[in-house]
Amino acid sequence: MSPATPNPALPTTTVLKNVRIIDPSRRLDETGTIIIGEDGRILAAGSDAQNQGVPDGATVRDCRGLVATPGLVDARVYLGEPGAEHRETIESASRAAAAGGITSFIMMPDTDPVLDDIALVEFVQKTARDKAVVNVHPAAALTKGLAGIEMTEIGLLQRSGAVAFTNGRHGLNDTLLLRRAMTYAREFDAVISLELREKYLGNGVMNEGLFASWLGLSGVPKEAEIIPLERDLRIAGLTRAKYHAAKISVAESAEAIRVARARGVNATCGVSINHLSLNENDIGEYRTFFKLSPPLRSEDDRVAMADAVADGTIDIIVSSHDPQDVDTKRLPFGDAEDGAIGLETMLAAALRLHHDSRVPLMRLIDAMSTRPAHVFGLDAGTLKPGAKADITLIDLDEPWIVAKDMLLSRSKNTPFEDARFSGRAVATYVGGRCVYSL
Amino acid sequence: MVFFPHRHLLGIKGLTEQDITYLLDKADEAVKISRQREKKTSTLRGLTQINLFFEASTRTQASFELAGKRLGADVMNMSVGNSSVKKGETLIDTAMTLNAMRPDVLVLRHSSAGAAALLAQKVACSVVNAGDGQHEHPTQALLDALTIRRAKGKLSRIIVAICGDVLHSRVARSNILLLNAMGARVRVVAPSTLLPSGIRDMSVEVFHSMEEGLKDADVVMMLRLQRERMAGAFVPSVREYFHFFGLDAEKLKAAKEDALVMHPGPMNRGVEIASEVADGPQSVIEQQVEMGVAVRMAVMETLLVSQNQGERA
Repeated sequence: MSPATPNPALPTTTVLKNVRIIDPSRRLDETGTIIIGEDGRILAAGSDAQNQGVPDGATVRDCRGLVATPGLVDARVYLGEPGAEHRETIESASRAAAAGGITSFIMMPDTDPVLDDIALVEFVQKTARDKAVVNVHPAAALTKGLAGIEMTEIGLLQRSGAVAFTNGRHGLNDTLLLRRAMTYAREFDAVISLELREKYLGNGVMNEGLFASWLGLSGVPKEAEIIPLERDLRIAGLTRAKYHAAKISVAESAEAIRVARARGVNATCGVSINHLSLNENDIGEYRTFFKLSPPLRSEDDRVAMADAVADGTIDIIVSSHDPQDVDTKRLPFGDAEDGAIGLETMLAAALRLHHDSRVPLMRLIDAMSTRPAHVFGLDAGTLKPGAKADITLIDLDEPWIVAKDMLLSRSKNTPFEDARFSGRAVATYVGGRCVYSL
Repeated sequence: MVFFPHRHLLGIKGLTEQDITYLLDKADEAVKISRQREKKTSTLRGLTQINLFFEASTRTQASFELAGKRLGADVMNMSVGNSSVKKGETLIDTAMTLNAMRPDVLVLRHSSAGAAALLAQKVACSVVNAGDGQHEHPTQALLDALTIRRAKGKLSRIIVAICGDVLHSRVARSNILLLNAMGARVRVVAPSTLLPSGIRDMSVEVFHSMEEGLKDADVVMMLRLQRERMAGAFVPSVREYFHFFGLDAEKLKAAKEDALVMHPGPMNRGVEIASEVADGPQSVIEQQVEMGVAVRMAVMETLLVSQNQGERA
């Protein structure tokens, strides 16, 4: 697994033939051809595309046995740049993303300094333009310094390229401020994306229950998630703002979203791949790579999350990529930081749900590409002619084992070390250019 | 032949009835040594024991120190106050430094659950957990079991009521595990705010009244209530707590006439236990302290001897 050397050659037409095309934006699942023009846009994608013939000088790739999807979009990624470049830079994350089939991601503002100012949003965009091999979109802080006290310049930040507003890893405790921020954001049609952890009730380190009790670890009850979610949904209803619950983890949260939507609230929600793949028992003897926020829940909750993805209650799947170093993870469980990396394993872990017949493949790709692009207004998530040629080529069955040394991320805190997967990205195209090839 | 197939003592979890019986039998022998005029043996001569205490504990540390010395080991005490740990050095860095000095056993007390397990992964010697956060305190459970066994002759089918702050108590967790492994009937008696989530699935009977919980009990094991948890946070006041859950002569009447009264110490007299009971004829609190040294001798001898045999094998 190595990053493809950037192809410096003059732009040419690329043809992917005999490929199974899964394009949720058109509900399309058929075998055919994808033709990528010299301008990096899709000329044609479908079973009828081959009728157009192959232009002279085109690069033709026979993709028999492979699936082509719109490039994956990961809406929740934490980075170390600026401020903690030893953990992850924009460039290193972009290479990890490409290896995971991800062509666009949204970067969280939890950096040092916090992305709460247009100069910093512009810095991220410039760095991404110069160094990243995939599309990087900044999410700006909803409150200055993520302190939860004053709102940021939502309008100006949006104009400079912020695609969402969030309080990052921090919850927002001040309900009045939340109401004002949502009211104000509505005028800009801005999405407010929040994590859910009630400050007092959510003060534990793992899922509350028998397992935590035996380990002597303080628990986080599911109510610590449901209470702020219900509150946010009420305020979203009151203000008619676009609200996105970033990472839900328990069955009751999915139910709360369903009920709120029935009331007409403009709400979407996401789940991290970890909460679709793992449960609290994976913590075993205090394994800190499994210390996450929200905490890993019970197996029943994991199954409920997968079912909620299948039925569309949960809109999107995110990696929640959160690089941590030994200095923040090689500690007693309660003292370790939350978070796990995930850019390179999200697709493979999600394919388990396809192999288990728990979530249809079309819905999985939708949840990792078309839907997040739609929720956050990104130019991505489709293979329609004219669209930017961001494409992920997937071998659904390729067996592989996650080896720490092979990960491109600068941090190695993966909960999937030594995991056996079936399926992975074999090539990733961004704007028609191949940025990763297995 | 190795009778005890473990390199570390990180908790009671993972020990079988045979393992526990083996340690208790060994401890019975160690009691004899401690009662002799000549208390020093050469069992662990030449071996090094480091007591690494990140939480202050005069009693447990002294007990481990004496145990090591009576076995002839060289014992070094390291407590947080005089070390660089306060300057930001992590548990692991400290452990690696000590490991390089080639100790044979590290005794760890730490405020975080799982600290002993983490340490055991990183060092080359045996690790004894002397209390990790709210997780386990295995030598306390062993010394409690030894005290009970010597008084009652057995552990199976006796009724033990563990009373008080079970939620924050590593002593309670280790005792629940050990007593269940030995076939005792375990009860917990506490207000609901001081019980962990899922307690009903921990193989115990749950009571919220001392009178009911102590009825026909063979052993009444009191737990310490930390001062910061007394006023308002978990219980309304010391007065109210003592009224409902403090052990006095009146409440003790519910238990069997010859029931033992135990406490891991240090006691809050007038909070969880009245002096009349703590110093009364049914109290075995001082015996517990004596058994503590014996149990720790048994544990260290067992770990170090089986480890050496493992190396030879």
